[in-house]
Amino acid sequence: MRNYQAVIIGGGSAGLSAAVTLKKNGIEDIVVIEKDMEPGGILEQCIHNGFGLQTFKEQLSGPAYAERYVRMARELNVDIKLNTMVTKLTADRHISYVNPSEGAVTVSADAVILAVGCYERARGAINITGTRPAGVYTAGQAQRYLNIEGYLVGKKVFILGSGDIGLIMARRMTLEGAEVLGVAEIMPYSNGLPRNIKQCLEDFGIPLYLSHTVTKTYGRDRLEGIDIAQVGPDRNPIEGTTQHFDVDTLLLSVGLIPENHLADEAGIRMDPVTRGPVVDDYYMTSADGIFACGNGLHVHDLVDFVSLQAERAALGAVKYLQREGKARGNTIKVRPGEGVSYTVPACVHPEDPSGNVEFFFRVRKPMDEAVLEIRSGDKVLRTLKKRKLMPSEMERALITEKEIAALREEVTIAVREVQA
Amino acid sequence: MITKELICVNCPMGCRLKVEMEGKEILSITGNTCPRGAEYAAQECVRPMRILTSTVKIDHGTHRVLPVITDKAIPLDLMFKAMDEVRTVRVTAPVAEGQVLVHDLIGSGADLIASRSMEKN
Repeated sequence: MRNYQAVIIGGGSAGLSAAVTLKKNGIEDIVVIEKDMEPGGILEQCIHNGFGLQTFKEQLSGPAYAERYVRMARELNVDIKLNTMVTKLTADRHISYVNPSEGAVTVSADAVILAVGCYERARGAINITGTRPAGVYTAGQAQRYLNIEGYLVGKKVFILGSGDIGLIMARRMTLEGAEVLGVAEIMPYSNGLPRNIKQCLEDFGIPLYLSHTVTKTYGRDRLEGIDIAQVGPDRNPIEGTTQHFDVDTLLLSVGLIPENHLADEAGIRMDPVTRGPVVDDYYMTSADGIFACGNGLHVHDLVDFVSLQAERAALGAVKYLQREGKARGNTIKVRPGEGVSYTVPACVHPEDPSGNVEFFFRVRKPMDEAVLEIRSGDKVLRTLKKRKLMPSEMERALITEKEIAALREEVTIAVREVQA
Repeated sequence: MITKELICVNCPMGCRLKVEMEGKEILSITGNTCPRGAEYAAQECVRPMRILTSTVKIDHGTHRVLPVITDKAIPLDLMFKAMDEVRTVRVTAPVAEGQVLVHDLIGSGADLIASRSMEKN
């Protein structure tokens, strides 16, 4: 059986960044496995701009951002297997894949980096009553049809969910001549980035119905209409608030979930909130030598942070390969405290720190003024004033290597709202 | 004096900007974390400008359409007019990222460029 120093599963923004980092650090015998016909992942269909300001100090489209990494990977002679699907991963790092030229193959690796991305919640997950006609798509599916395949999926559109892909598709379909009648969001606040509410909805006069959901679909072969209704604090529809829209298309932008079945089958411990693997400060999962990063670890809102995180996961893998084993000593847990829904990474090694550790986390609800507090037992490591926090915007906090080395008790990251 | 609250659309940070104006004169811009934010706020109060992204038909490419982008922002009020022209564009593979496909799109001063490379199929 062929053994690689490292196998990277997924050739999108995370996988490419991880591969480039491994090569730059002297890990030569690596392969990236990508299911699509070209590398780049979801960036290829994200043709809008706004990518790369952190990484390249430039405003790029998704495909242009991907191309930078593809070029770096090519220059470093990264081997990328295209049209190749990984069918199984085991905890002892055996990877089975299938492609048209090699058939079904199993290889092994000293280290594996999961850079598998995420998938969209679909209609089955959200219980809409009514018929099951054509014309109901997830936003990303409609985006792929339009931006890669060149097909506009409908002319009169309603969008359920204010996730960024849905907002971006509202603008995109409007510019392509479709009429977008509105966006309904079940929560009392938007789940998309504020800039997308501005430039995708407000710029084009598309109404956003907060605390509303789609309650019914109509049409036999093709969607003919939908009902929306206002919801109460329990998120159940309120009687007498129903409005009808004649539409041929309903896009769903109702959440992204890390693509976790490979990790799950390998018996890797998962976080029930992020729904990705639990990782330590080296981005290693509960399985020795298997690392995770990007949207397959937890869903990000900026690709720049995906690239950055993949770099750190790759550096974790480099360290693992160089010393032929995992980090030494005990681990200290890092938990979400009040007001925080999750933290990544979930633990650190005080006796063998990976360096300064940046924690990614999300708040549970929108807060105008808040105080971020990081504590370890009774000791407060950090308090920071924060403004305008939203669950849709990922937050970051740094704990220095020196602070980590001094940790003796569990760390909590909490955000408390302050009444102005 | 009037105060306008804006959200910068330059990047996903989405800075919340505050512009103080007296008539048409801008007195102060706050809330931006980079110079682009101040430029955006000043422009937004006069005539909103946006980058346009779309796709054009491509012959003999690995895909049926090629993503395109304007190399600078164009007036928001001209978006639909610009799209009418974008829809008429047809290119042939191979195309290189950054290649100019339309000079001075609808007289906006912005070029329409390929936002990725595409090989011949």
